[in-house]
Parts: sequence; structure tokens; C-alpha cells
Amino acid sequence: MAFRTEPITVNFGPQHPSTHGVFRMRVTFDGEVIVDMEPVFGYLHRGSEKLAEERTYTQVITLTDRLDYVASMSNNLAYVLAVEKLCGINPPERAQYIRVIMAELVRIASHLMGLGFLLNDLGAFATPLMYMFREREKIMDLFEMVCGARITFSYMRIGGVAEDLPPEFYPAMTRFLKEMPGYIDEYEALLRENEILLARTKNVGILQPDKAINGSVSGPNLRGSGVPWDLRRADPYEIYDRFEFDLPLGKVGDTYDRFLVRLEEMRQSVRILNQAMEQIPKGPVRASVPMLVRPPIGDAYAHVEAPKGELGFYVVSDNSIAPYRCKIRSPSFINLTVLRDMVLGWKLADMIVIFGSLDVNMGEVDR
Amino acid sequence: MDWVYDLFPKLHAAIEGWLRSILPPSIESAGVYIVMGVLSAFLLINVPLILVMVLIYMERRLLGRFQHRLGPNRVGWQGTLQVIADGIKLLTKEDIIPANVDRWVYNLAPVLFAIPVLLVFAVVPFGEEIYLTDLNIGILYIVALTATSTIFVFMAGWASNNKYSLIGAMRSVAQLISYEVPLVLSIVGVVLVVGSLSMREIVDKQSIPFILLQPLGFLVFIVAVSAELNRSPFDLLEAESELVTGYHIEYSGMKFGMFYLVEYIAGLAYSAVITTLFLGGWKGPILPQYVWFVAKVLLVFAVLIWIRATLPRVRIDQIMGFAWKFLFPLALINIFITALEVLLWPEGFPAWLVVVNLGVALGLLVVMQVLFRFPGATRHVVPQALVGRG
Repeated sequence: MAFRTEPITVNFGPQHPSTHGVFRMRVTFDGEVIVDMEPVFGYLHRGSEKLAEERTYTQVITLTDRLDYVASMSNNLAYVLAVEKLCGINPPERAQYIRVIMAELVRIASHLMGLGFLLNDLGAFATPLMYMFREREKIMDLFEMVCGARITFSYMRIGGVAEDLPPEFYPAMTRFLKEMPGYIDEYEALLRENEILLARTKNVGILQPDKAINGSVSGPNLRGSGVPWDLRRADPYEIYDRFEFDLPLGKVGDTYDRFLVRLEEMRQSVRILNQAMEQIPKGPVRASVPMLVRPPIGDAYAHVEAPKGELGFYVVSDNSIAPYRCKIRSPSFINLTVLRDMVLGWKLADMIVIFGSLDVNMGEVDR
Repeated sequence: MDWVYDLFPKLHAAIEGWLRSILPPSIESAGVYIVMGVLSAFLLINVPLILVMVLIYMERRLLGRFQHRLGPNRVGWQGTLQVIADGIKLLTKEDIIPANVDRWVYNLAPVLFAIPVLLVFAVVPFGEEIYLTDLNIGILYIVALTATSTIFVFMAGWASNNKYSLIGAMRSVAQLISYEVPLVLSIVGVVLVVGSLSMREIVDKQSIPFILLQPLGFLVFIVAVSAELNRSPFDLLEAESELVTGYHIEYSGMKFGMFYLVEYIAGLAYSAVITTLFLGGWKGPILPQYVWFVAKVLLVFAVLIWIRATLPRVRIDQIMGFAWKFLFPLALINIFITALEVLLWPEGFPAWLVVVNLGVALGLLVVMQVLFRFPGATRHVVPQALVGRG
């Protein structure tokens, strides 16, 4: 007996527990199988790029906090790098070390959150998420020590950072670096030994390397597909050429690989942090930069390897106190472009997991 | 202190005696019958409801501890009154009926949903003499009643006129019916050993808890039960990260409260059935029987909470594969082994059989672990005609 069936269209979002913010997917199902998917975004659009044109160069730093709000330090860094490039400012060495330390800490925090929510999407009822937040909390405490804020840091300044590291930062950091590898091993055990998790993630949502490159995907998603591309290596900014670290690469490009790459990247971040804490010199943390920066006419593009991928700022100056144009190349937005290709033909439950494994942040997608 | 042990039978006798003393002889037997019936029904509905409050509190606190947080601890001592506060909140909330629902079915579903799970307690023996009735088909009655809940889940999902709830309801029909099969088959082992379907007799015959004699049956049963209860890792019909809450997404206020409550009553009912079938029911030293029974029920439920806090969810094709390719063969093997044992030792089993059964169960699990794999990733080829529609 043949049933007469017809596809149904379901709106996932903008209010949905696993769209990680206000993302909307118009999905057409044939039973449980996805036959079409149309991503709809813009619900969180705040016009950051336009707002930047109305603010002085220093004030724009606070806008960058609101892009990827789980990894604000990287956003700060990318922006101040662009402005420094524009003005030709060289921050002192100690400031550069502090920036790298902050960027790597925020990478761990962001990956913890990404992995936690991915596991939540897989249906593990908040338990892994709370375990990941246990460690994220320690990183948040560290950030609170250096800049007083836990989410919107605004810690970096043009020509350095706002404040030097406080004395209580060092013992807390040493303890964190000592404990963190053990916790990462714990997560890995959780991941590698759970049969349901393996069945749900292995070979699900494969992103072929050529498709990833064509889609301009960056960050752990690209490396999960086995493409060795990391701006810390490919175009070392700051002082990344002084540290030893490996690029974890996936083999298949499935959800499981993206998961493992993030996990391994946390290990590498701890490695970089260890080296940075050893090498960090004494000295000033800020170059002498006037309060009102007035860069010469011109433009500059600076990019960093943010936790989610290549985050770039393109700043155009007309020699006034505010940028003439500030274009943000956000990794989450561009990573999302491959989503439709990745989910077609998979089941509803897989779609949620594939979307979770891309680890996008809506604050950054909509800007 | 002796009165503690047979509290309920004595209470029953006292009330009945008092009734007979005040009622005129003409309506004595009818009056006693009606009053005692109403009283029993009242107790039978409310005792599970109070136990459910304990379960909800326990679940929230335990989940909190599993997840490195405290859980509710503000309302009352250690948050004990949290459930009542939530109940009041749900009762005072606006009851929204969406515009395009099938009003009759939509309103009936939460009410009807509660009936079968409450009826289960009629045959559950809380103690040697504490039960409403001793049906000779007790366990069959329970299985038959709980199987009907699929209909009410589907009613709620269909009537809501919501796509999420429809998907949830469709999943529920597939899942609940599939898991009914290993559930019933795993009971057959116990029934073969006891030779009766009566819940009382099943407890009576357990000189040692059947979990030792029927380890395989117990494992299949508890897995099938967690699927029947829509609990993690089989909580596909509610799948928060996929379907938000599945079939009861459109219900608000106390109608949602009913679904929530009934899920826990079902949890309590199945915990009671597991206790009766496999853990020796009310049997236990020193403490009164009903205390033993409740303690065992809470223990079983704690295991279910533990599973919920640990495992991620499986996918719909994996869940069906698991029922038919893993649990179903195991249940059949269990029936075969048990039947063989009953044939060989009709006068009662030797004690060493416990070890043999445990060994067989473990061995089979290892074998199935090798034979059965969760269906891995399967990407369907999307027919070109469908792409771009909708």
C-alpha cells in the first residue's frame, strides 16, 4: 500500500531552544528527512558597522564586544590591530603577550561553550554543558580580575591594553593551567566512550574540504575538514610566531571531527598559554597614543584567528576622529553559508547537531 | 510500635466497623460498600499524586547535583515546597486555546491522558494486604492500560494543529508501539516463573528478587520502560533541542501541568511495576512493608534520573533499530531460557542458577554489543522534485 504523503514546512526559530540565539531555519521535511532548508537571519541586527562611523576610534572597541559576545577579547584584538595598522602604532611587547594570553583564554572559553551547547543539542540534558561551564567560570573569573567585566570586556586599547595584569592574576592563572588539561581529558573520555554520541556524530554532516574552501569557511570548521589553515600560522599577527603549537586537523570533516578539533585546540591553547606565561616580559602595557586617534587617510585590513574562524576588520580613515567605514568580516556569518548544503538529506535530529557543530554566534552573524 | 506494620488494614477495619455501627441496618451493606469504595478511590488517586510531588522534587534536586548545581532550594526547607509553588503558578496561569485547534480533542487529551496511569495503581500491591484489587490478570491489565496512552499523546499532538507537536506525536506512535513489544515480552519471563499474572502472586513467589533470576528480563524491561516513559535517552517525542517540547507544545497553564504530572505518575507507575516484578515488591526486613515498597520505587526512579542526566538522545531510526534489533531478540532469548529452566526444574530453582543467569545475561549483552550497531549516518538522496518546495 502506498501512502500519499506530502512535505511539510516547519519554521525552526527565531525562538527555538537550539538555534543559539535568534536564527531561523525554514525547513521542508519529507517525513523526518530534510529536503530543503532556507536560513533566515537578521533578527539581531544592530547596525554595528554604521554605529562605528559615529564613534571615535576608541569608542568602537565597545561595539566589537557585542559581536561574538562569548569571545569578546578576540573581537577587541582584531579591531585594535586594524587601527594600529592604519596608524602605524607598535604596541609594547608586554601588551602583545597579554593580548595573546587573553585571546587564547577566550578561545578556550568559546570552545567550551560551543562544545557544551553541541552536547545539549545532542540531547544530553544540560549535564555536559554545566561541566563545561564549570571551567568557563574560572576563565570568566580571570577576565574579571584583569578588566572587571565578564562578558563585554573592552580590555584592549589602541596601542596596548587598558591595564596591566593584577598580581592576583598569576596564581589563579597557574592553577587554571595546571587543572585544565585534566578537564580536557575528562571531556575527551566523555566523548570517545559514549556509543550514542559516536552514533549521532560520526559521519554526520560531512563538509568536504573543497566545499569548505569554496564557501570560505574558516576556523575549527575548516580544520575539521582537514584543511591546515590557521591565521596564527598562515599570517602570524602579534607574536604568534614565537610559540610552538600544533594545528589539530580532522580526517573526515564530520561533526565528530569538528568536535575533536575544538577539543584539541583547547589543549593547544593551554600549551600557548603556558609558553606565554613563561616568556612574558616586564614593561609598559600601552604605547603612548593620543586619546583621540586621528589616523592618516587610508585603509587597513587586519584579521585574527578568532575562536569561530577568521575575524577581520576593514577600517577606512578620512583623517577624522571616527572611522569612515568599518567593515566586519565575521566568521560565523560566512560559516553559515555552507549550512544548507550540509543538512540536505539528513534527518531533523541531525540538522540540529550539524548546526550546533558549526558553532555560530548570532551576535556575530547579524552584527 | 506494632501498629505501624499493619496500619492500613487496621485503619480499614476500624472505619468499616465504625460505619456499621452508625448506619441503619437497611442500608448498612450498601453504605459501607459505597463509602469504603469512595475512600479507597480517594486514597488511590491522592497517594500517587503526593508521591509524584516527591518524585518531582527528587528529580530536580538530583539532576541539580548531577549537574554541579544546587537545584531548587528556596521555597520551604531545602526547596521542598517548590513543587507546590509551581503547581499554584500553573493553576493561576492563563489557559490559552490557540485559534485553530480541534477544541474537543484538544481539551479532552490532557484529561484522558491521566486516566489510564491512575488506574494502574488499582492492582499495585503496596503491601501484603494493601491493594485495591487482586486481578488475576494484573500485569496484563497494566500493560493494556498503559498502551492506550499512545492514543492520548497522538490526540494532543494532532489537535494542537502545530507542526512540532505533529512530528512529536508521529514519533510517539512509532516509538511507543515498537517498545511495547520488548516490554511485554520481557514480562513473559517473570510470568513463566511465577505461573500467574496476578501482581500479588508475583510478589509472593519472590523468595529472592527476580532481578537475580531474570537479569536479562530486567534489563530489557527497564530500557523499554524508559522509552515508554519518554525519558532520556529515548525522549524523542519531547526532544527539547529539536521539537521544543513535542506533543504538548501548545498547552499552557494547568493543561500543560496535567501532561507534566501524568508523565511523572507514569514514571511512578512503572517504577512500582518494576519494583513488583523484579525487586520483590513490598518484601524486606524490619521496616513496614509499605515503607519498603516506596523506598524501592524511589530507588528505581533515581536510576531513571541518573540515566537522564547522563546520556544524550538517540535518533529516530536508531531508536527503532534498538527496539527491534537489540531488545526484541534479547527478550525472545530470555523467554526461551526461562521456559527451559521452568521445564527442567518445575519444583523450584537451585540457588546456583542465579549465577548462571547473571553469566548468561552478561554474555548475551557482550555478544549483542558486537552484533548490534546503532545505525550510523545515512544521508538520504533528496528527490530533485522536492527541492525548493515549500
